[in-house]
Amino acid sequence: MPLVLSCHPGIGPAVEGIALVARDNFSARYDLDRKAGVFSRPSHALAGQSYHGRILVLDQAKGGVATAWMLHDMAARRIVPLALVFNRVNPILAQGAAFAGVALVDRFAGDVTALIRTGDRLRIDPAAGRVEVLNRDF
Amino acid sequence: MRLCEEERAMLAGELGEPRRWALAHQVAVGAFFDAADFVPVSQAHIMADTESLGEAGVAFLETLAAAPAAERRVRVPTITDPRGVDPRVYRRLGQSDAMAAIEARAAAAFAALGILMTDTCINYQTILPPLRGEHVAYGDTGVVIYSNSVFGARSNFEGGPSALAAALTGRTPRYGYHLDENRRATRHFRLECTPRDLAEWGAAGAIVGRAAGSYWAVPLIDGIEAPPGSDALKHFGAAMASFGSVALFHIPGITAEPAACDEPALRIGRAELDAFLAAYAAPGDKVDVVVFAAPQLSLVEMAAVADALDGRRVHPDTTLFVSSSPEVKSAADRLGLTARMEAAGAVVASGICFYQSYAGEMAEANGWKRLVTNSAKLVNIIAGYGYRPTLASLDRCVEAAVAGRLS
Repeated sequence: MPLVLSCHPGIGPAVEGIALVARDNFSARYDLDRKAGVFSRPSHALAGQSYHGRILVLDQAKGGVATAWMLHDMAARRIVPLALVFNRVNPILAQGAAFAGVALVDRFAGDVTALIRTGDRLRIDPAAGRVEVLNRDF
Repeated sequence: MRLCEEERAMLAGELGEPRRWALAHQVAVGAFFDAADFVPVSQAHIMADTESLGEAGVAFLETLAAAPAAERRVRVPTITDPRGVDPRVYRRLGQSDAMAAIEARAAAAFAALGILMTDTCINYQTILPPLRGEHVAYGDTGVVIYSNSVFGARSNFEGGPSALAAALTGRTPRYGYHLDENRRATRHFRLECTPRDLAEWGAAGAIVGRAAGSYWAVPLIDGIEAPPGSDALKHFGAAMASFGSVALFHIPGITAEPAACDEPALRIGRAELDAFLAAYAAPGDKVDVVVFAAPQLSLVEMAAVADALDGRRVHPDTTLFVSSSPEVKSAADRLGLTARMEAAGAVVASGICFYQSYAGEMAEANGWKRLVTNSAKLVNIIAGYGYRPTLASLDRCVEAAVAGRLS
């Protein structure tokens, strides 16, 4: 039986994919090279790593309002994270996910960046407020 | 969410597709944040730079703009944040004709929606400041934190799509900083020395923001005895919002709402400010570009830059970039400030703000790496675009621009 994590009901479609995890924060403008699809901010814990098609598991949403437009354009160009799993987001990331149709969940019982490891296979059901870690048993 | 009759009609598409999209978007966001209902807003302010919008965002705007006039016009006064291109200077900055062309498409679509293209992130200094208790839907984190804190307005960070939705429906979901219970101070800071200039006010805001670390934290800062002025709180708030995603702070006796906090205070003194600035120092480095922007300059800041440049000449291998709102730029033109800055070799732009202007492409086109600015907000943003930023006072920025390297 896979490990199941409960969270607040989220936004966007149910998806299944591989986690990329860091105890760091996130802004599309501050942190990403959106053409190459990699984290470009030198001080970011995921600097140099590709986010394309991965489920990003991070702490908080940071920075300005740009992410709300940018996620939509990233999704249209198909160089975009598969889903966003955070401890707590700000309105911008929620608005951006809603506009772009990208899956987003937050507000877990513990620190989600410690509960999930890079490489874990996740199934996310935003409507139910549920994340299953498929490769680990409860 | 509880919906009134008119909101249900919008959601059913009875008032046209733009308002149906807008209300559906707002319900999705409102449900995510457990909003009970909607609150009417008096103004909206939309982030509108095409680097963020991308082709997909501009095409979306054009779809809305093609709807019948009665269905597409905004319902409350709606203004815009800085754009990506100033048609007067874009070639000097290494921006392309393609960037100018997509800007023109976005501007035409915004105009068709009845939006006033103010192109500014200092609307609280130049357009129509909100009143205490006024519910608004503002984009740009610097605009929100200043308006919430200094005026006591009520806004969440509204990204471009959400601010546009609020403009079309005349309302926004009632969550976050629209609610009394979220406006109480939760973190306590004490400023034990007075910042000497705008760069240091930005540094102080950055330290508070970094420590607060969340949109949902509300810092209270004491130790500030006298009102420091609008430009100081502009840089203080913009940096706090940038480093911490913070949307509201209180300075008892100076900002709009009474506040108290029983938590022990985190002290910020001279050593902390100096250490913050030292982290960005690069003595002896060649300087590629010096930036006065982020937020756009007030007329008083424009005059200070013009004064500092009088009788001097920007180094031929360095670009000095200054940007303000169209209103302030027009006043600077009339007062001769623009001519004085341009005589020294500065590029004086209007309606844009460096980091929203294809900063990565500008770096590539011009070979820019080392950037010097008095904006703490900008040093936080710009590293992701490949720049190496240094934070310095206005005078040191001008010295660096003239010498072509950091002292």
